[in-house]
Amino acid sequence: MERRDFLKSAGIAGILAAGRAPAFAQGSRLHVLRWVDFIPACDVELKRQAPEASKALGAEVQFEFINANDLQPRITAAIQSRSGPDIIMMLHNWPHLYQSGLVDVTDLGEWQGKDQGAYYAQSEAAARDGKRWLALPHGIVGLQMAYRKSWFDEVGATSWPKTLEELRQVGMKLKKKGKPVGQTLGHTFGDAPAWSYPLMWNYGAAEVDKSGKKVVLDTKEAVESLKFMQAFWKDACDEGGLAWDDTNNNRAFLAGDISCTLNGASIYIAAKRGQDKIKDDRGEPMVRDIQHGPIPAGPAGSWGYHVAFSHAVMKYSKNEKLAKDFLKWLHGKEQFGKWFEVAEGFSVGSTKHWEKHPLWDRIDPPMKGYRTAAGASRMIGYAGPPSARATEVYSKYIIVDMYAKAVQGMKAEDAVKWAADQLKKIYG
Amino acid sequence: MKNPIAGGAGGAAGVEVALPHPRTSKVQARTLLENERLLAALLLAPAVLLLGTFIAYPFVMGVWLSLSSTTVGTAGTFVGLKNFGKVWNDSIFREAFWNTGFYTFWATVFKLTLGMWLAVLLNRHFRGKRLVRASMLLPFIVPTVLSTFAWRWMFDPTFSVLNWSLYKLGFITTKLPFLSDGAWGLWCAIVVNTWRGMPFFAITLLAGLQTINPDLHEAASLDGANGWKRFWHVTWPLLKPVTLVVVVFSVIQTFSDFQLIYVLTGGGPANSTHLIATYAYQIGVATGLLGEGAAISLTMLPVLFIVVWLQLRYLRRLENA
Repeated sequence: MERRDFLKSAGIAGILAAGRAPAFAQGSRLHVLRWVDFIPACDVELKRQAPEASKALGAEVQFEFINANDLQPRITAAIQSRSGPDIIMMLHNWPHLYQSGLVDVTDLGEWQGKDQGAYYAQSEAAARDGKRWLALPHGIVGLQMAYRKSWFDEVGATSWPKTLEELRQVGMKLKKKGKPVGQTLGHTFGDAPAWSYPLMWNYGAAEVDKSGKKVVLDTKEAVESLKFMQAFWKDACDEGGLAWDDTNNNRAFLAGDISCTLNGASIYIAAKRGQDKIKDDRGEPMVRDIQHGPIPAGPAGSWGYHVAFSHAVMKYSKNEKLAKDFLKWLHGKEQFGKWFEVAEGFSVGSTKHWEKHPLWDRIDPPMKGYRTAAGASRMIGYAGPPSARATEVYSKYIIVDMYAKAVQGMKAEDAVKWAADQLKKIYG
Repeated sequence: MKNPIAGGAGGAAGVEVALPHPRTSKVQARTLLENERLLAALLLAPAVLLLGTFIAYPFVMGVWLSLSSTTVGTAGTFVGLKNFGKVWNDSIFREAFWNTGFYTFWATVFKLTLGMWLAVLLNRHFRGKRLVRASMLLPFIVPTVLSTFAWRWMFDPTFSVLNWSLYKLGFITTKLPFLSDGAWGLWCAIVVNTWRGMPFFAITLLAGLQTINPDLHEAASLDGANGWKRFWHVTWPLLKPVTLVVVVFSVIQTFSDFQLIYVLTGGGPANSTHLIATYAYQIGVATGLLGEGAAISLTMLPVLFIVVWLQLRYLRRLENA
């Protein structure tokens, strides 16, 4: 046997033994799909890191950024056509919905947990099905209510309202002055569910019981939460919010049209970076007048919904090993740390390790609340375990629409019944 | 001199090899092409291939999906008409179905009325007619997504230029809920669809108008018919076949409209502007329930089939009359 023939035979035997193509046979380009970040500098930082990753991995890393509302259709198309990006960013608990199309990344999930401490509950719920990691948690976008401090002071609210009812009272005075609260209840991925779900929880209502099989929405608590929302909407809110997506409230706030809105920290960071242009009514930089507060408590407590983000390796990818190597590089303390600093608190880590980062010591006071905000979150589908069905409820906007129907005039009891019927069809 | 290889009828036996003569293959090809059936098949083949790939295959695939439990990433199994039953019991689907009918009916009525009016106007001679005709095509030329984005900004509940103008002119004291109220949202979509689809009606009807012999109008004028009577008794009967064809096309396009609603409202608020196509997309593509999504899509088929069949039947009666 000649040397060349021997090498050929050995190579084929090796591939057969490994059950997969050798690394050199994999593609030399890694395609990563993410949302267009609300903090543009975060995307710039990733683009800056791409050549470094390419050098470290010996393969070209390419980022693609699309509108977050278009991610789900893109994921479905990619899985069905078995082609597309090697890594796709997942929001909420989407990994459960798309799990059959995702590579098991348990090794990475466990590595990150050991490397960076215990995960926040919602990061784990979003990306782990109890046995295996479906995606690797990346960060959490904390959602707080951004408000205009001086306008709140003007109506006598010198501290952030502690209860939802107090918020309604303050909002009512502000709306009378032409400075309403602005909140989306439209068909959009972030702010609408992040407002609707906590409102349901803070009144003591939930989608399903702990088993995740029995729908428990049709209760007086849920009806009460809707009645509050009806009054809040009419008394305190800009009623145009029904048609808003996740960008409208940013624009309205920065234009001085609304006094308060539930949001990530993108409003504050945009106002800070554009101080010379974004001014308040006295001509001062608006950023100095922006404060943050959590969603105030309802009768059952104070919960928020902070959106968990993760990265999934797609099963159809020919670059599985390369993709995993890249995620280990990108999520490592060094690289993630640089990206985390650029985010300035808009995106926090998926583990509590990042609460100790020096960034929090030098960050502006209005941003400090984001440091631990993610700890007070529940996952969609509460009180049940995370599941594809919960994602289906989210994707169909059932909970959001329940509130939207109520503020449009449907009786609270009827809106709850409508939503409960929809949930029963989904949860079977 | 004889070619010992190419052969021929008179070659010495056992020495010459019979190879096809180049002229023979040409003759054979010509004979084959003279076969009408074969030629027809050859000419039709590319079209059949294209139709099969881009229409028949997706359609059959859609039917299969609608009869299966396929979800994103899983093949699913045959479930018969279960998806259709589920869809029919879904209140959001029923709302979307109603919206689609309402949207199609009113958008078509407006497009036809305004398109006809424009066509009659453009059939007259006036200065700058060419410019007006060209500019009229603009809504038709601009990509739907882009133009709808512009409309969305105009209807924006907070920053609406329409609200601002109406307020400054003193017509309103509070903002109009263009896209934040379900009923308003659907009417806004009808307005945008009318704006976009009207040029198609106008241009096609204009082409129809120009085939009408002016002598007919002249004769009617001499008989004392006024403008309306001339339109109703001369223009309209002759324009009916063209109008029906345009309406058929418009109904198909409007009933299955997707882009406009997707960009303008995303089906919200609270599903009040969902059409069948946008709801099918939300369930099938965004939520990943491909079987259910396909079933929702396919509910358009019988409705459109009946509408188109009735209209074409009427058209045939007109032609035979």
